[in-house]
Amino acid sequence: MSADPITPVLTKRWLSPQSWRLSTYEKLEGYTAIRKALAGTPEQLVQLVKDAGLRGRGGAGFPAGVKWSFMPPNEDKPHYLVINADEGEPGTCKDIPLMMADPHSLIEGCVIAAYAMRSHHCFIYVRGEALHCIRRLNAAVREAYEAGYLGKNILGSGFDLDITVHAGAGAYICGEETALLDSLEGRRGQPRLKPPFPAAAGLYAAPTTVNNVETIASVPFIVNGGADWFRQMGSEKSPGPKIFSISGHVERPGQYEAPLGTTLRELLELCGGMKDGIPLKFWTPGGSSTPLFTAEHLDVPLDFEGAAEAGSMLGTTAVQVFNETVSVPWAVMKWTQFYEHESCGKCTPCREGTYWLAQILERMVAGRGTEEDIDTLLDVCDNILGRSFCALGDGAVSPITSGIKYFRDEFLALCEDNRAKQELVGAQA
Amino acid sequence: MTMAPEEPKVEVPEGYVKLTIDGEEVIAPKGELLIRTAERLGTVIPRFCDHPLLDPAGACRQCLVEVEMNGRPMPKPQASCTMTVADGMVVKTQRTSPVADKAQQGVMELLLINHPLDCPICDKGGECPLQNQAMAHGRADSRFRDTKRTFPKPLPISTQVLLDRERCVLCQRCTRFSDQIAGDPFIDLLERGAHQQIGTAETAEIYDAASHTASGKPFQSYFSGNTIQICPVGALTSAQYRFRSRPFDLVSSPSVCEHCSSGCAERTDFRRGKVMRKLAGEDPEVNEEWICDKGRFAFRYATAAQRLRTPLVRNAETGELEEASWTQALAAAADGLAKARDGKGVGVLPGGRLTLEDAYAYSKFARLALRTNDIDYRARAHSAEELDFLASRVVGTTPETGVTFTALEHAPLVLCVAFEPEEEAPAVFLRLRKGARKRRTKVVHIGQWTTPAVSKTFGELLACVPGGEASAVEGIAQHAPDLDEALRAEGAVVLVGERAAEVPGLFSALHRLSERTGARLAWIPRRAGERGAIEVGALPTLLPGGRSVEDAAARSEVEQVWGLEAGALPGTPGRDVTGMLNALVTRDLDGLLVGGVDPADLPDPALARKALAAASFVVSLEMLPSEVTEHADVVLPIAPVDEKAGSFLNWEGRRREFSITLEGTGALPDCRVLDTLGVEMDADLFTQTPAAAAGDLARLAPKPTGSAAAPDVPNGHVPKAGDGQAVLATWRQLIDEGTLQIDEPHLAGTARPVVARMSKASAAGLGRRVTVSTERGSVTLPLEVADLPDGVVWLPANSPGSKVRATLGAGHGAVVTIAAGGDQ
Repeated sequence: MSADPITPVLTKRWLSPQSWRLSTYEKLEGYTAIRKALAGTPEQLVQLVKDAGLRGRGGAGFPAGVKWSFMPPNEDKPHYLVINADEGEPGTCKDIPLMMADPHSLIEGCVIAAYAMRSHHCFIYVRGEALHCIRRLNAAVREAYEAGYLGKNILGSGFDLDITVHAGAGAYICGEETALLDSLEGRRGQPRLKPPFPAAAGLYAAPTTVNNVETIASVPFIVNGGADWFRQMGSEKSPGPKIFSISGHVERPGQYEAPLGTTLRELLELCGGMKDGIPLKFWTPGGSSTPLFTAEHLDVPLDFEGAAEAGSMLGTTAVQVFNETVSVPWAVMKWTQFYEHESCGKCTPCREGTYWLAQILERMVAGRGTEEDIDTLLDVCDNILGRSFCALGDGAVSPITSGIKYFRDEFLALCEDNRAKQELVGAQA
Repeated sequence: MTMAPEEPKVEVPEGYVKLTIDGEEVIAPKGELLIRTAERLGTVIPRFCDHPLLDPAGACRQCLVEVEMNGRPMPKPQASCTMTVADGMVVKTQRTSPVADKAQQGVMELLLINHPLDCPICDKGGECPLQNQAMAHGRADSRFRDTKRTFPKPLPISTQVLLDRERCVLCQRCTRFSDQIAGDPFIDLLERGAHQQIGTAETAEIYDAASHTASGKPFQSYFSGNTIQICPVGALTSAQYRFRSRPFDLVSSPSVCEHCSSGCAERTDFRRGKVMRKLAGEDPEVNEEWICDKGRFAFRYATAAQRLRTPLVRNAETGELEEASWTQALAAAADGLAKARDGKGVGVLPGGRLTLEDAYAYSKFARLALRTNDIDYRARAHSAEELDFLASRVVGTTPETGVTFTALEHAPLVLCVAFEPEEEAPAVFLRLRKGARKRRTKVVHIGQWTTPAVSKTFGELLACVPGGEASAVEGIAQHAPDLDEALRAEGAVVLVGERAAEVPGLFSALHRLSERTGARLAWIPRRAGERGAIEVGALPTLLPGGRSVEDAAARSEVEQVWGLEAGALPGTPGRDVTGMLNALVTRDLDGLLVGGVDPADLPDPALARKALAAASFVVSLEMLPSEVTEHADVVLPIAPVDEKAGSFLNWEGRRREFSITLEGTGALPDCRVLDTLGVEMDADLFTQTPAAAAGDLARLAPKPTGSAAAPDVPNGHVPKAGDGQAVLATWRQLIDEGTLQIDEPHLAGTARPVVARMSKASAAGLGRRVTVSTERGSVTLPLEVADLPDGVVWLPANSPGSKVRATLGAGHGAVVTIAAGGDQ
């Protein structure tokens, strides 16, 4: 395998006819990694993934191998592997396309990861709205069972694994791993108090690891290609390929695979540049929960460190591109309405804060804001950031604080009318 | 030259850690939550969701503090209600950290944006944690200029509990209490975000038909009142107290619950001579911070319109009771009692709801003024075997020597026999559940069906036919060897309830079981006064302090203390309740002195009525008109608990003293009435006041337990039902038609549905309703299928439409006739 940055890895089968079929997958190196993996020991696999430096693709970027090593070495309780396929971050569209186009890469990854963590039951929690994807995944799981890649004594290795595909019920919060576990258990999806962490007491209070789809789908390639091959892509601390979901005002929106560290300038080349040539105004590097970037940030390397250094986060690499026709306060209002709608309600800052922020922004966009409101917005954001129960509250304030940081003038402009009116009233008095 | 004082080196004991809070070094036990450690230092961190008896939630985010670990500050403020102390931790609360202070002010402002400004009409105003903490840790004004979220209000979630969703801060104390402590998760969070609200399956329809609680049932809980008390805002209020008064108008008085034998600590709040509400008091050894709804809401009986407030004397000519002065009434009573005493004698039925002091006055009055041992407080099914059991295993036990609430919580195994903890002693139930939940106490119930208490104590049911409990206990060694083994474990406990008196041989079997396995045995009666009445000798075989009436030495001890001539006390055991009633009917007894006894509670209400009619002279000490006052020649009104001082002895034998709540009402406690009556009859009781009575009783030190012979009665035969028959299982529900629950319709509405229960096989063909009858009468109720043994029918003993004793004249273990009850 070569490591040309443009040669696709995760998406290499996507354009083949009926790429989702087991037969296609097997023709294209499918289920070759599983044999190698099952021939080794769980410890070897954990070490391999650690060596490869694979970091979680769900947004936080936690080293996958380290996460796996938190699972207890014994099997006093059942171990569970849970795949977070509740892709809900605004702008993110990589996991569902992956499961549509190449579901077996996820399944093969699940077998390898489950083996590495001594788990015999894996749950794939798929966003409930993605019905087509759930059907395709179920069909793939069925195919894998029939071919002996799942079930008892997989490929004669003595290892057993069952996969259950579970449909979520449509809540953004269930992408948070502990809320996902509660939802999976049939409870109300709200984040759990940590500790205990899932590796100690997760699903059904048993040791559990929750991984993103893309993370697990990367594993078979690492097993086949090795850690060094994987590290040829991307950067030192953020190695490997990544699927960027590019949406908005570009000529050809879609999923683009590129090594971590690729810049927006390079990505824009891949997707045909800005739509109709209208210049770029702002963009998100990893979904709406990551602070906005502007045209100044076209050359920021999109890996975990690069995005963070530039004042944002890599997130899910959901690149939403907005051109100069879009009003920043309006876009920020729409995002905030999303967070208000999706706040789970458990903690005060997120529940009440998003309710308040959305109203202020709606008022401002309607031309009834004041300069004071901008300060209030920032202070309320400060009272939410780092004060909420889970990270979703932090994400909710990102568009507002970064929007005001880069485009304060636009917010001020919305208050102009009001100020004029007020001055007029003063003059009369 | 002055020496700098040396820093005292603080040793950190094993199991403790040293940390710094606001610059002050503190040693805290491992596992302690920061919020509590700070509190011990005197720094109160504001909070809403935190409650020491509930699992941490971290939901409200009000208690944020700054934390430094290993010299590195944590990037975000931490919730001090979820973080435990660690060695070397440096904590800065709002006192020293501007970040923590701003975080707290910010959360407070957010909590208030959607909170309605109805403090002036809110029940909680004046004692509201939100109000108080907003004053202490909030901004002076709000920056919120937009639209508040509104909800229709209030929303009744039961007949007693009303929900105001606008005021709710969603701390989840109520849902966590119901789920964790009570085991009744019938309220839950619905919806999400700013629409999130507390609700039940029924209220869910209002907002969105798709939402339901996990259980799909309305808020049905015997402990629902606790949610009102722990609500940190005015979101939950009771129909009983809503809009009745403001906290700052109330006078609070510590009190003790008068209902069951748990002796829960309470706080009684009154205003202008009227009790407005009762709240749970704190006693970690007894009720922790919880009480049941009966203890909280059932107090209106004392202000009932029909309450007796003046003495009544029956007019010999008209045959009607007429109001009389105390002097006249006492003279008439003394005269009549003396005549009856000098005739065939007078029996005494004090009832099971007296304070220790009042019961003592009855005991002493019987011996001194009436010169008899014919006294029995047991206004319920009773037996001679029970008497032996009480004398040998119960009297004289104390928390130091016997089983306690704490012992239940820590027991590896608790076996409940003929005892329904949730219905008969709710605080015991809560402790059993706590033990089972937190310490994996195994709870086994010998009963008839999987009652809510069985499931909520994660218990195991050993089902037997009613009346077959003794055989079941005897069979443990053979049929349940693992249980037998578990009973031998250190700390194992056996609990037995009042129903055991209806099962011949059960007390004897339990005594043998306890002797054989070493398991400790505790008797938990249903009424508050029972345990005290035993202690003071309100029984035909016992004198105060567990002294046997047949023991001459013991008698002479009592004679000495009471200042009697030697041999003044009768040395033969008296008659028990049934004995006295029979003697009245056969004219072997002339008079009767009755305390708070309802004839319908007695084993044979018909016999009781006959006896009351046959008695030549009846004196009734009562609070409310009853079947006894109907027959009484003299009625002497006595004070309810709120209007007197005294003490109850709870089932542990723990003295639960309380002082007078409402002074100056003129109502007299029984002990005072009996004392004066004694004077009229030339007997000095020295029980003018509860304090005097207690002092007099204290001179009779209790005898050590176990000096009497244990009961040894063979098992009765297990009842068998023929065709068209069933064996009756019956016990009382906590909320039913009890006299002390009158005038409280909101409480009555939270009673469990009144239904009969049978096994699926036995219920076949009976339709939706069943008629249970004896030759005395019949009860028809809706029929529910439960896991009872075949050929058994269960009825609530004293619920609307199901007054088992009064209607059927039968009790637990009786064989009754079963027929289809029609579909109505």
